[in-house]
Amino acid sequence: MAAPLTLLLIVAVTIRAVLFRSSLAELISERVEVVSPLNAWKRVVEGLALLDLGVSPYSGDVFHETPLMIYLFHFTVDYAEIVFMVSPYFVDCLSCLLASLDRAKIAIGSNNLKSDLLFNFPGCLRHIISFSTCGLNNAIIALFIFCTLKGSALLSGILLALATYQSIYPLTLFAPALLFFLQRLYIPVNLRRSSFWCFTLQYAFIYVGSLVVITGLSFFLLGSWDFIPSVYGFIFSVPDLTPNIGLFWYFFAEMFEHFRLFFICVFQINVFFYTIPLSIKLKEHPVFLIFMQIAIISIFKSYPTVGDVALYMAFLPAWSHLYRFLRNIFLVSCVLLACSALFPVLWHLWIYAGSANSNFYYAITLLFNFGQILLVSDYFYAYLRREHHLTHGLYLKKKDGTEATLVLK
Amino acid sequence: MLFSVIATITQIHRGILLCDGTKDSESFTAAARDQFQEELVIRPLHSGDIYASFQFRTLWDTDFLQERQKVSHYRLFPKSLGQVLSKFSVRELHISFTQGFWRTMQWGQPFIPSPPGAELWVWFHDTVSDVDGNWKELTNVLSGIFCASLNFIDLTNTVQPSASFKPLGLGNATDHRFLRYATLPREIVCTENLTPWKKLLPCGSKAGLSVLLKSEKLFHSSFHSQAVHIRPVCQDEQCTSKAWELRQTLNVVFDLYTSGQGKKEWSLFKMFSRTLTEACPLATSSKVYVDITDNPELSPATPLLSQAVVLGDRRTYSVFDLTRAEMFGQLRSLNLLLRWKGDSDMLRPLLHAERYVAGFGLQTGEIHTVIYNNHPYRAFPVLLMDSVPWYLQLYIHTLTVTSKSRDNKPSYIHYQPAKDRHRPHLLEMLIQLPPHSMTEVTVQFERALLKWTEYTPDPNHGFYVGSSVVSALVPSMVAMNTNFTQDQPLFSSFVPVKEESSYFVRVYTEPLLVNLPTPDFSMPYNVICLTCTVVAVGYGSFYNLLTRTFQVDEPSLPLAKRLANLIRRIRGVPLLA
Repeated sequence: MAAPLTLLLIVAVTIRAVLFRSSLAELISERVEVVSPLNAWKRVVEGLALLDLGVSPYSGDVFHETPLMIYLFHFTVDYAEIVFMVSPYFVDCLSCLLASLDRAKIAIGSNNLKSDLLFNFPGCLRHIISFSTCGLNNAIIALFIFCTLKGSALLSGILLALATYQSIYPLTLFAPALLFFLQRLYIPVNLRRSSFWCFTLQYAFIYVGSLVVITGLSFFLLGSWDFIPSVYGFIFSVPDLTPNIGLFWYFFAEMFEHFRLFFICVFQINVFFYTIPLSIKLKEHPVFLIFMQIAIISIFKSYPTVGDVALYMAFLPAWSHLYRFLRNIFLVSCVLLACSALFPVLWHLWIYAGSANSNFYYAITLLFNFGQILLVSDYFYAYLRREHHLTHGLYLKKKDGTEATLVLK
Repeated sequence: MLFSVIATITQIHRGILLCDGTKDSESFTAAARDQFQEELVIRPLHSGDIYASFQFRTLWDTDFLQERQKVSHYRLFPKSLGQVLSKFSVRELHISFTQGFWRTMQWGQPFIPSPPGAELWVWFHDTVSDVDGNWKELTNVLSGIFCASLNFIDLTNTVQPSASFKPLGLGNATDHRFLRYATLPREIVCTENLTPWKKLLPCGSKAGLSVLLKSEKLFHSSFHSQAVHIRPVCQDEQCTSKAWELRQTLNVVFDLYTSGQGKKEWSLFKMFSRTLTEACPLATSSKVYVDITDNPELSPATPLLSQAVVLGDRRTYSVFDLTRAEMFGQLRSLNLLLRWKGDSDMLRPLLHAERYVAGFGLQTGEIHTVIYNNHPYRAFPVLLMDSVPWYLQLYIHTLTVTSKSRDNKPSYIHYQPAKDRHRPHLLEMLIQLPPHSMTEVTVQFERALLKWTEYTPDPNHGFYVGSSVVSALVPSMVAMNTNFTQDQPLFSSFVPVKEESSYFVRVYTEPLLVNLPTPDFSMPYNVICLTCTVVAVGYGSFYNLLTRTFQVDEPSLPLAKRLANLIRRIRGVPLLA
């Protein structure tokens, strides 16, 4: 398995290096579907330029990266390309690992690696050669999942804290990670048991402690708490309405001022709200729960990009065995492909040609998000159905012996 | 005897104008020592247009900022402005309303430069604790005084320049926390603004030079600018006593074709549809200067000539002193006739600036500012100040300054980035301009999508970006006069000349008009419904999958059998299959 993996990785490196050097890179790094105000590379360079001028990068509204990013890129700004080339590999390797670790899977084989990269290609192509820090964020989340799967609670906690520090939404991944460790250590999820609380408190302590340490380091880097309203306040209050592939921008562009706060709260709660019900339903399947959480974050976060979409799509090959239970996969693939093709067209028509208006782009945004929701819920349905078949048998019969159909009731 | 009675009456009813008020000013000097001068400069321009510049100056020996004694006796100085100065602890106030753009390359340098629209910059006294609060109230009060919509000036278009707008009057203040600058490029100037401006003059529009200020002719011009400048000045060279100076200036350029019928022949009547009848009785000096350097035909001729070096150019003026009654002749009217022909060489302005937006589409763009140094052999530094609204996000790392196609690094850059919906960008740079060159400053920006309520009612017209300000000490070809004399013409004493070899110039560039992407304004309800529908679809799917379980589908009994079962259950009899 190692040899084909390395071969495919070398192929991927070559393709990425070639694409980075082409003129396509600059074109794609300006596209709104690929970069958002939170993670655009242009803004990182701007923040570093402001720092050189002696002005705090957070004094304006152009830079929304965390101070540790400033620290990282201050030294590697000339080697930024290499950083962006290396980081998506973590996601690739992880999905291979997931495919091999999922024990309940029936089919094992190297064809998973191929399907993995096949999945990666259309979804990740734009995100790969874009200059945005989304790749780094995805790499951190991928490393976190890797460490969780390998069983190292300390590293997992630290990486989760780093991921939460970068953008707040990975906070919801605390529950699945915790559930995975509990399952791995054979601790039953019972609120009355002391062993449960013992481990939960340990893990929470690692997580919260690392978060506090990282935040404290950021404070000492620039000497002020300016980064908190600039980064986290920005993520939550959505002041910048630059169009992207998400649902927030047009909604808040057309919002009545009176209701703005209410709807901000509703939309932000929407991201965190599915954690507890999903954790209860999927408490025996924490790996799938991680996938679901990442998917929900990518769809409902305030400034999504195709990089976030690529992150959860990269994990789809790990559940290729669910293919026979998927109901809408053809429709969903068509919708997502059509939307991917229409996004640049309608953007051009609105912004450059002037013959369309914002409603066209907004419609495709709606359709794209609808397609994503359909995809995720389809996989969820397939997973639950497979679990049902695992316990009750694949071919079910009704009471009178005829073939039964399975419904959700 | 009668004289003293009249003097006493005027002392009681202050503000009533008397025919020979100038003589009375000495009788109650204890309370107010103020003097008023008015002046008109007519300069024929190279392109056939004619430039008229009015200046009305009131000098008043008093201290507005004194705490103990409130100033209450106003004579020549307008009370509304005096109260504004003392209430808001203003040290310097400069406000201008301009319609049209000054074409430097065709018309030369103006005596008092001003950007299109409204411009207001104020230096507050250092005793002020809440400068922003004072600024806000001041703009609203001025908006009422001048009937202009200066109330649109708020923190989103106010900047604090650190180097550009140093005080023009007394004072060695360098703390720019007390300076506020704002410009409204969209402001339109009309009769409604001229009328309150004229009311501030001591003679109103009844006597003196202000009888010429009739709006139907003044606004039918290429360029019209009216301004009020208030600052503390020295009374003499040793600066033993200080006074407040109020200058009201009005610059107007009449076009050769629209007002002049294509002939380079101008008269006061043709320009203003009025002639001069008398000097303002309250003025100590009332003069008309006509620029005759290029030898135009002037009638009536006058023996009085004066030479002045202004803006680096030595020019000869014919002086008409209106306080002398023989100026007006038997008809008691003075109409100056000016005729010139031929094309003489105009002195090229040494400093000139242009600005434009480059790029296409509604996503990004580039602002290009081009500054020309036309001096043949001297290089000099200029201070460029740019104030860009927050919705155009500037990327300062894309700032390039090139002169003669080589990189020219500015020696001083002060950049304050914008905060969305709070303050605009401020960029100030000190650039050294090589001799006889063109310097181009470019910076990229991105256009933001605003909330639908933040657009003006005509969003597709575009959004205005205020003019850039280029300030410089330009090396002069002619030695400037640094002597301070009381009877210096007003137009040459507006900007204090500190050294002989250079003069201060401020050039304003064009304002920019930039289009922003707009959402569809008819859609708020639809958008809310549709987006919430998509979110609800997500919620619904997840809710179904979370709360329901898989069951084998048992077909349900038809309605009749179900009713029968119900009755059987009541009876306690076994049910049907």
